[in-house]
Amino acid sequence: MDHIYLDHAATTPVDPAVVEAMLPVYREIFGNPSSIHYFGREARKLIEDAREVIAAEIGATPKEIIFTSGGTESDNAALIGAAHARQALGRHIITTKIEHHAVLHTCEHLEKEGFDVTYLDVDQKGRISLDAFKNALRPDTILVSIMYGNNEVGTLQPIKEIASLLKGTNALFHTDAVQAFGLEAINVRDIGVDLMSITAHKFNGPKGVGFLYIREGVLLETYQHGGEQERKRRAGTHNVPGIVGMAKAVKLVSENREEKKQMMYRLRQRMLDRLTEEGIDFAINGDLENGLAHILNLYFPGTRVEALLSALDLAGVAVSSGSACTAGSVEPSHVLTAMFGSDAPQAKSSLRISFGLYNTEEQVETAARIIAKTVSGWQKPKHSG
Amino acid sequence: MIYFDNSATTKPYPEVLDTYRTAAEQFFANPSSIHKLGGRSEELLKKSREQAAQLLRVKPQEVIFTSGGTEGNNFAIKGTAFAFRHRGKHLMTTRVEHPASLRAFEQLEALGFDVTYLEVDRNGRISLDDVKKALREDTILVSVIHVNNELGTIQPVKEIGQLLKDRPKTLFHVDHVQGFTKVPLDFHEANIDLCTISGHKIHGPKGTGILYKREGIMLSPLLAGGGQEFGFRSGTENLPAIAAFVKAMRLSLERAQNGGIARLRNMTDRLRQALASHPLLSFNTPSGASAPHILNLTVKGIRSEVLVHALDRQGIYVSTKSACSSKTQEPSAVLLATGLSEEDASHAIRISLSFENTMDEVESFLDIFMQTIDKLETVME
Repeated sequence: MDHIYLDHAATTPVDPAVVEAMLPVYREIFGNPSSIHYFGREARKLIEDAREVIAAEIGATPKEIIFTSGGTESDNAALIGAAHARQALGRHIITTKIEHHAVLHTCEHLEKEGFDVTYLDVDQKGRISLDAFKNALRPDTILVSIMYGNNEVGTLQPIKEIASLLKGTNALFHTDAVQAFGLEAINVRDIGVDLMSITAHKFNGPKGVGFLYIREGVLLETYQHGGEQERKRRAGTHNVPGIVGMAKAVKLVSENREEKKQMMYRLRQRMLDRLTEEGIDFAINGDLENGLAHILNLYFPGTRVEALLSALDLAGVAVSSGSACTAGSVEPSHVLTAMFGSDAPQAKSSLRISFGLYNTEEQVETAARIIAKTVSGWQKPKHSG
Repeated sequence: MIYFDNSATTKPYPEVLDTYRTAAEQFFANPSSIHKLGGRSEELLKKSREQAAQLLRVKPQEVIFTSGGTEGNNFAIKGTAFAFRHRGKHLMTTRVEHPASLRAFEQLEALGFDVTYLEVDRNGRISLDDVKKALREDTILVSVIHVNNELGTIQPVKEIGQLLKDRPKTLFHVDHVQGFTKVPLDFHEANIDLCTISGHKIHGPKGTGILYKREGIMLSPLLAGGGQEFGFRSGTENLPAIAAFVKAMRLSLERAQNGGIARLRNMTDRLRQALASHPLLSFNTPSGASAPHILNLTVKGIRSEVLVHALDRQGIYVSTKSACSSKTQEPSAVLLATGLSEEDASHAIRISLSFENTMDEVESFLDIFMQTIDKLETVME
């Protein structure tokens, strides 16, 4: 049988229209955008057009966008670049316990360099407290990195409120919007961030390409040295087809955004309804009201996630236990641990189900039935008694 | 159209694009996902890595996929410096490296490392004696470009590697971006610890590369995160591009082995022979120990930009110098390092060929090139 792919938070299938936009670039406009001849100039035009499309989508100016190899590079570049550029003003950084590892491990690296990092706790819905944030803020805080929407449970953070609390301070504000971008319309001026990381493969774009928004006037230390690409802020021959593909994906994702979001809500609700109808014991990790539309993280008491995942996989349902990047070994999720405590059963018995563009209600029906049947294998003794 | 700017970038092979498309459509899942689809992607990644290793004659665990040459050089150089700073703070490189290396070294200097930049002779070549003399107790890295991207000069990499053989605390990095497939290099024979290659210079996709990292060397990673690539390079793997890159490696190496290198040599020889007697022309690329695909020459009295644009209008694409710095008007630092005057350096162009170019193209190029410089010379007078 065909696999039902419900792991869109890990990565998404690339839209065929995106590949179609990329192939002619590979074939015909293959030049190096730094070359001064025709092929270079044409390639340069393509990346500048792409930059305009992307800037317009997030309410930025083209100068404020630098192209990267993806979310991890954007996060590393933002954090290390900002910390190093500002260390004369202070060495304190604030982030959360539920960031993606590209942020968390970079912060740990900065700690080794002597920076002082505060990792904010979250409540049981995965949200930080603004009071705790205010208390953590110090005169020597130079950088705050708080993700827009969590990649495991989907919870949205109070980005705007944080930005307004940071007005007049020395701190730059970075948000990892990798998981949120696409279904969420994000305007950088509106939310008030200085730095924002995005990757294309989370919204049906190609892998290996992303961007970093850097508000005009914000100076980062350069992390990748070499040629003079990206106004000397990121050296390396441009991945022209990748950049063109990303811009195409940005255009596609912003078309009928609200409809797509409603579709995700419907799929999510259908999953919940079906599991309820089947009499499965489960609880929602996260915050449906205040969360990303495509992510559903569910706790199934009595199950073991490793066994559950492989049983579901055999039955043709691809979901995950948490972030794909920590997978391979199924360590307890740092996000669920932060929400429920280190010994909490949620960390060992929860699934992340994430929906995407090509999912249908029928697929979700089928997947829900398979999940219900598999989970009830564990839960039955309890319920039949 | 005659594209002779293959040192800037190359056109991907059609088979490479087929692989890209197929992998993008059929292996879209994240290789780190533990479900079956993720497993299939992981399998393709593993096969790609094994094939790349086999083609490079190294072990699979020694192949780290990167986003390209710039990342590879930055990673090798800074990763070594940061990981082994306790052993010593002395680094050695040359005056004629690609900016991806030079700028990385400049950053390290700002951080307190001591960098020796070896001078080069008229041919753009360093001397082994200089390497020997510059080596110190606390030298933790020697980093040398194998084939210079502007001149095509080949550095004595094998000999340097031999020199470093009994110095296990000095790592040897080679920037092989420009040489890979065109100038064979045995990593083991040359005692190389770290070697950078890039996909888009060998008809593969942009945004791909490999850093060969000899087993057991614990570099400090540049990108922290999910711990992909054995923990040395985080970030979701660009699997379709990786598979396509490895395809390009195989195809390019096949072409190289099937007479491709000799054909490149014949073409540059023909260019040299036809241009040698022209009074305005002088070759900057040495005739011995240089790559078969690069010819850098100075056209007296005609500024590089003027000539490049004049050829451009006739469908011929060459370059002034390295594409990565071609926007700036200053003469090439590499040419100046060889002792060329500022004027001669500002009048230099680089012709760079690929396995896809033909002798017919070389002949057409010669006709148009000669006419163009004659015309421009008249205008200049």
